[in-house]
Amino acid sequence: MTSRAPNKTLHDRRLALHPQVALRPEPFGALAYHYGNRKLIFLKHPDVVRVVRSLDDHDTVSDTLHACDIDPLRWPAFDAALTSLIESEMLHERHQDPSG
Amino acid sequence: MSATKTHLVEQLKEGLDAPICLTWELTYACNLECVHCLSSSGRRDPRELTTAEAKAVLDELHDLQVFYINIGGGEPMIRRDFFELLEYSIGRGIGVKFSTNGAFIDADKAERLASMDALDIQISLDGTDAVTNDAVRGEGSYDTAIRAMNHLRDAGFGEFKISVVVTRHNVDQLDEFKALADSFGAQLRITRLRPSGRGADSWHDLHPTQAQQRQIYEWLLAHGENVLTGDSFFHLNALGEEPLPGLNMCGAGRVVCLIDPIGDVYACPFVIHDEFKAGSVRDEGGFTRVWKHSDLFAELREPQSAGACASCGSYDACQGGCMAAKFFVGIPLDGPDPECVDGHGEAAMLAASAGERPRPMMDHSKPVRVTGPERVPVSLVRR
Repeated sequence: MTSRAPNKTLHDRRLALHPQVALRPEPFGALAYHYGNRKLIFLKHPDVVRVVRSLDDHDTVSDTLHACDIDPLRWPAFDAALTSLIESEMLHERHQDPSG
Repeated sequence: MSATKTHLVEQLKEGLDAPICLTWELTYACNLECVHCLSSSGRRDPRELTTAEAKAVLDELHDLQVFYINIGGGEPMIRRDFFELLEYSIGRGIGVKFSTNGAFIDADKAERLASMDALDIQISLDGTDAVTNDAVRGEGSYDTAIRAMNHLRDAGFGEFKISVVVTRHNVDQLDEFKALADSFGAQLRITRLRPSGRGADSWHDLHPTQAQQRQIYEWLLAHGENVLTGDSFFHLNALGEEPLPGLNMCGAGRVVCLIDPIGDVYACPFVIHDEFKAGSVRDEGGFTRVWKHSDLFAELREPQSAGACASCGSYDACQGGCMAAKFFVGIPLDGPDPECVDGHGEAAMLAASAGERPRPMMDHSKPVRVTGPERVPVSLVRR
């Protein structure tokens, strides 16, 4: 059996905020708190907050970054922020759309 | 420290819209009388917040989007509305971590606690044997804590915390504390002893020696990954190139504060003194106004002077240490930490000893009994 998902790059992934995560706006960006695993993460730029909040409205991470008008030069910083949110289970894979 | 992290720390120093770490001592009543009690607890204060007042504070914290609170005391489980407030808080989306000596956790209570979500428990223990622990926390308190842990384990509570104040007498037990926590599937938390509350009197006998401070630093570097510290050992960062995990800053009034049992709001749990009182949740505008607009908090969010430490090469690493620790030994707030790892604290304390040391202000200690078998000996075993 060939594997599919693990080969996906971050930009192809379909992510969403975990339902147990709350975002609190702060001057530097936002605080994210996971009520399940009690982790606290700093989102250190308002643009990161904007991207995280709109992940659900777009098909993939890459679509979201485009839609939020993030300069591709800044993408590596966003990759790092999103990766740390995935590792702390703040972001998770959205279920596949059955029709897709 | 990375550039992003430095930038973040600078912004945190200017304060947040709401605290990240809010401690709420629910009562000054306590069944124990630990010699280092930060809040000099013992007797209940008749002015204690009522259930309705406490719930109103929780409503405010909900509106401020405070994610969780740290409940302590005194012994918080003594309050008759303890479970009511716990359930109300969690119901409003505010997670709770509470500190207890475990005396009121029997099998039934453990079941009840295990059935709640967004709840975390911290059992205080200051020695891995009864002799070491009870010298500080009182006779029988070791057995009480272990019994509570057994109940939590049997009830399937999951990962609770064992919370240790590191002293001269238990610093050699760090490995044993870790093993004890592991054996319960619990997480170890170690924090710094402060000369606050009754600690003002016991600190000089209990606080770790210079050599032991290095021992703590090295132990944390080796084992710190799964050990919580509440960021309380940042003054040790001057000991080496590698900083301990955490934000390395004093959070008082910036990201941290304390609500005491009568609703007074202080800059942090270690400074229950008028000089660090920002207001009261009973004032008009409630907690929110105190957090956002009190003069004291505004002042603490201003850039702080490095004072006497400005010329020291270690200031970036240790940030001058802990404000509360300085205050209660009489050192000016821009002076060195009494436990400065470069030894500047000793001289500063000596210089301060000519003046009068500030006394902790809210003393709820029980009246001293001259006789009585259960009275804890104040003289401590030296090892």
